[in-house]
Amino acid sequence: MKEKVIGNRASRLDAVSKVTGKAKYTDDFFEREMLVGKVLRSPHAHALIKHIDVSKAKSLEGVEAVITHEDLPKIKFATAGHPWSLDPNHRDVADRLILTDKARYVGDSIAAVVATDHLTAEKAIKLIEVEYEVLPHVLDAEEAIKPDAPTIHDEKKDNIISSFGQAFGDIEQDFQQADYIMEGVYETSIVQHCHLENHTAYAYKDTDGRIVIVTSTQIPHIVRRVVSQALGLSWGKVRVIKPYIGGGFGNKQDVVIEPLTAAMTLSVNGKPVRYQLSREECFIGTRTRHAIKFYMKTALSKDNRLKAIHIKAFSNNGAYASHGHSIIMSASSKFRPLYHFNSVKVEPKTVYTNLPTAGAMRAYGVPQICFALESHLDDICKKLKLNPIEFRKRNLISLGHVDPLSKIKVRSFGIPECIQKGKELIKWDEKKKSYENQTGEKRRGLGMACFSYFSGTHPVGLELAGARIVMNQDGSIQLQVGATEIGQGSDTAFAQMAAEVLGISMDMVRVISTQDTDIAPFDTGAYASRQTYVSGAAVKKAALEVKDKVLKIASRKTGLKVEDLDIVDKQIVEKDLGTPLCSLEEIAMLSYYDRIHAEPIKSDTSENIRTNAVAYGVTFAEVLVDMVTGKIEVLEIYNVHDSGTIINPSLAEGQVHGGVSMALGYALSEKLMFDEKTGRPLNHNLLDYKLQTILDTPKIGVGFVETYEPTGSFGQKSIGENPAISPAPAIRNAVLDATGVQFNKLPMNPQAVFEKFKDEGLL
Amino acid sequence: MMKKINLNVNDKHYAIEVDIKESLLDVLRDRLHLTGVKQGCSVGECGACTVLIDGTPYNSCIYLAMWADGKKITTIEGIEKDGQLSKVQQAFVDEGAIQCGYCTPGLVMTTTALVESGKKYSDEEIKREISGHFCRCTGYQKIFNAVKKSLDE
Ligand code: FES
Ligand code: FES
Repeated sequence: MKEKVIGNRASRLDAVSKVTGKAKYTDDFFEREMLVGKVLRSPHAHALIKHIDVSKAKSLEGVEAVITHEDLPKIKFATAGHPWSLDPNHRDVADRLILTDKARYVGDSIAAVVATDHLTAEKAIKLIEVEYEVLPHVLDAEEAIKPDAPTIHDEKKDNIISSFGQAFGDIEQDFQQADYIMEGVYETSIVQHCHLENHTAYAYKDTDGRIVIVTSTQIPHIVRRVVSQALGLSWGKVRVIKPYIGGGFGNKQDVVIEPLTAAMTLSVNGKPVRYQLSREECFIGTRTRHAIKFYMKTALSKDNRLKAIHIKAFSNNGAYASHGHSIIMSASSKFRPLYHFNSVKVEPKTVYTNLPTAGAMRAYGVPQICFALESHLDDICKKLKLNPIEFRKRNLISLGHVDPLSKIKVRSFGIPECIQKGKELIKWDEKKKSYENQTGEKRRGLGMACFSYFSGTHPVGLELAGARIVMNQDGSIQLQVGATEIGQGSDTAFAQMAAEVLGISMDMVRVISTQDTDIAPFDTGAYASRQTYVSGAAVKKAALEVKDKVLKIASRKTGLKVEDLDIVDKQIVEKDLGTPLCSLEEIAMLSYYDRIHAEPIKSDTSENIRTNAVAYGVTFAEVLVDMVTGKIEVLEIYNVHDSGTIINPSLAEGQVHGGVSMALGYALSEKLMFDEKTGRPLNHNLLDYKLQTILDTPKIGVGFVETYEPTGSFGQKSIGENPAISPAPAIRNAVLDATGVQFNKLPMNPQAVFEKFKDEGLL
Repeated sequence: MMKKINLNVNDKHYAIEVDIKESLLDVLRDRLHLTGVKQGCSVGECGACTVLIDGTPYNSCIYLAMWADGKKITTIEGIEKDGQLSKVQQAFVDEGAIQCGYCTPGLVMTTTALVESGKKYSDEEIKREISGHFCRCTGYQKIFNAVKKSLDE
């Protein structure tokens, strides 16, 4: 019997090295006489830099270099972790200098010091004298596009990065013919990834003159490209190495500190320099999640069918474009393959403000639009006195649906079963009845929310992945991928895929976890929940090629045809009868030592994936609301996912737990705050920024509805980001159910809830 | 100002000179290269740098190295015995409580202290004991299971 490895709860390959403290992260490597880099950050939200005097800092003992924008190439570059586009019209906005010549937010990088140690570097930073001319600043996206708002980048006088939208169908006609028109305004706040390992990197110049950067990144090949562009170097002159990383969640899908780290080593003739952000710097000096305000307007027919939706959105991008408009574009395309609309029109504006830069964060714009849409649907149900589950079910698209704009086809569709399963898990009907007409100080409520999400970025982005396999003399293999393990467990999932195809056990697969751009196959990295789907296809292709080579040798040895052979449990067998013919090891030995035919078995493949698969899911939540203190307690929460074949249930559950936990913070407590008057951050540390602790986190229920996605190499779809999407609106809808109050702004922290109750006259 | 101190780290003796302002975390990582001790904030907020000092868990980032003079320090590197994972480590592996792994060493240290205390802990008490550790990856679900399993007889 052929043993299945796909679907096993295999232990992570790196579990032992991580639990023993042996796994090496960027900061765990040392170079002799490593110098330390530090940055002077702007105290002003918006200011011209008139003059920088670095002479005092430079003369401090132990300081090896001080650099400003004047010492660096005047090249504007883009930082977003996207594949390069040969079409200049599809490139990210290039609006950055390595060190800025104008301060655009509190924390902007003005100058850098390289010194022998932290203390000296800090002292030197204080000795740099900067003359600023303070300008008026703007923090709100809708304010920033008013005619009298200060201009943040001269290249975009109106502060609008882009207002490119999406539309299909005849929206005017649908609104004219509508029986009901519903409107609502929904808003999310700025939150931060808070991966436990801050951004950190070190760099040095190798004896061949190339720059080597070891960095905590999700996208080593893209880092190499962007560093080269920022410094005006030929791309082969930069080598990037990615060891284990302590989380990323999208914040390391951006080239944040590497260009400066490279510039630091160049400023000291290539001596090794480490540039490590503190937690406070990481909060403001890296990326955040876009705060987006949505104006939703929906047309319905009187048989309660959705007809048209018109969405206006203002996306607050902060001081630099980074992923920019891609975030709202992702949001406006990924919500579509869920409910049927005759017409859709999204009119977004992505806007510069004087805040830290927003970028990619787990699910890339979709948690924001899902909050708006799913809250809006419940508001519609409340108004029309509809059952929110039945209303959603009635309006779902169906299998085979093709999106009119992206042309993405729905080839597997498990959302109806997900809804059913979630409803049963939370005992919806039973509880619903008993919670009617509550009046007490503590009220319970139930809510749910659905989502759709993609598996990768096709057709917007290139989806290229590489995998390489070398078979050893004993039949075990090294698997090398360009895709990055960032904690999500991709290395383990890839090993399962290779083991499955090759008929070998997991302990015979060694995955090379470090990506070194000199040696690792090309792959754009960990983002868009693409790796299991896209990079997984490359792994399968590489494994099939190896299998074919094994069977060819076996065929030569046995005289049977390749088609009649298989590898099962490390044996070459005759396919139909299952009879073992020889061991895989014998074949591997022949490949190395046969005097005539020796040619070690290996493969080196790429896959360019030009399909996408729509994954689905739903959250069901039960809350207890304290009507006096405004405290919302989540009593029960279930996420049920259709992610196609689940490669490893244990790892997949881990993704759901982590995503839901992150979303609980998004819904209930997290918000990066700024002083209106100065633009200064108010809570950029782990004490004041309210992350979920174990005490805040309820038991998180997980369910899977396993469909088979025909375009997935093993039937799989995305799972990594998906769990972070729907919990916030589900909780919000549960609070609506409990209290009748519509919370249209995240987070629903006790203070916000208390104030809203007061406004509504409940207190 | 420098000061000479004697440390017992993972049963090995070190006589070293430290700056009086240096944290134990920096000494462990930068001087002794015990890089299993992680740093997530440097100000006592995240728990990643937890080590045992005479058996009690401390955030080593806000513990001055000179305070550790004459004390017995255990880091994650001292938990594995004779190449064997400890019960706590094995529980973290078996329960799938590890993702990026950056919080893991700190959590293993605190859990080890709980196990070594010999006390019984209710679910609520377990949560309280490890609430000083942030984990952004796991939602704490499997971590809780691993701690519970470690405490099971
Ligand atoms: S590094 Fe010590 S508590 Fe965060
Ligand atoms: S596993 Fe990543 S922070 Fe806990």
